[in-house]
Amino acid sequence: MSQVYDIYKKLEERNVLLSFKGMVTSELLTTILQIMESKLEHIDEKPKTRKKVFNILVECLQNLYHHIDSDSTKNISKEERSALLMIAKTPTHYLITTGNYMESDQVSALKDKLDLVNSMNKDELKTYYKKVLNEGQMSEKGTAGLGMIDIARKSGEKLDYNFLDVKETTTFFSLAVSIPETN
Amino acid sequence: MENLNLDGSAKTPTVKFDAANGVLELKGRSIPENSIEFYKPLNDWIDAYATGPQPNTIVDIKLEYFNTSSSKCILDLFKQLEKLNSGNTEVKINWYFEEDDEDMEEAGEDYQAIIDLPFKMIEVEEI
Repeated sequence: MSQVYDIYKKLEERNVLLSFKGMVTSELLTTILQIMESKLEHIDEKPKTRKKVFNILVECLQNLYHHIDSDSTKNISKEERSALLMIAKTPTHYLITTGNYMESDQVSALKDKLDLVNSMNKDELKTYYKKVLNEGQMSEKGTAGLGMIDIARKSGEKLDYNFLDVKETTTFFSLAVSIPETN
Repeated sequence: MENLNLDGSAKTPTVKFDAANGVLELKGRSIPENSIEFYKPLNDWIDAYATGPQPNTIVDIKLEYFNTSSSKCILDLFKQLEKLNSGNTEVKINWYFEEDDEDMEEAGEDYQAIIDLPFKMIEVEEI
């Protein structure tokens, strides 16, 4: 049972408000968003920060949700379709971390996209967002290719990511989004 | 023609499209995983309204949150209204945002830059 205490201590050290590991469904998203909304209200967070955290959380969760059925998971087993979500709060910022398995051959396309977003400043992100919004095609699943751009724009920080090879054809992708508390 | 009234939910906005007064309102949050399904009836309603619109059409966007899936659908809705504007009605968009919500204000400016319709940015205490 001491392992439980270890997990507890680790979550405590990392100031975790909420963490989840498992399959991401539409109902789960609704529930997580409801929990986080009441937590943010309880913390008495400034409306501006509360909205940023909520908006970015929506995009992070929906990335995970849409990812499950995408080409990047077509050969991935059911067990490996579960994902990780952690929301932490330090005195200076919120941190939203996600993790999920993906096909290794899809890594370079995602990495290019993240690097492109990370290479842009505030104004460039705004211009790029408008271009993709206006010229981009929406997928049947309702994704617009705007998620990462929006996350980078709203957080005002670079996207911190990592790709870890776990098997020959499977990679574990993690993303950490930092949201500074606004004044 | 019939009005379009939809109650809001945890992920979708309240919709009040009033044909007799030419007032179209979206209020609340728009964060469904797939927005296409939700916005389709709205697009269809506007198509029907376009056959006999009021001389003035007022569009009130009072959104607290919207996701990127919705952002594309909202743009398509504005593009539909942009076409309508060159016909028998004058379309005006009121974009509401809460005090200090720079992200929502900026989102309105993004649409304003893309869409050729008059936008009025309206700051309110609470939506």
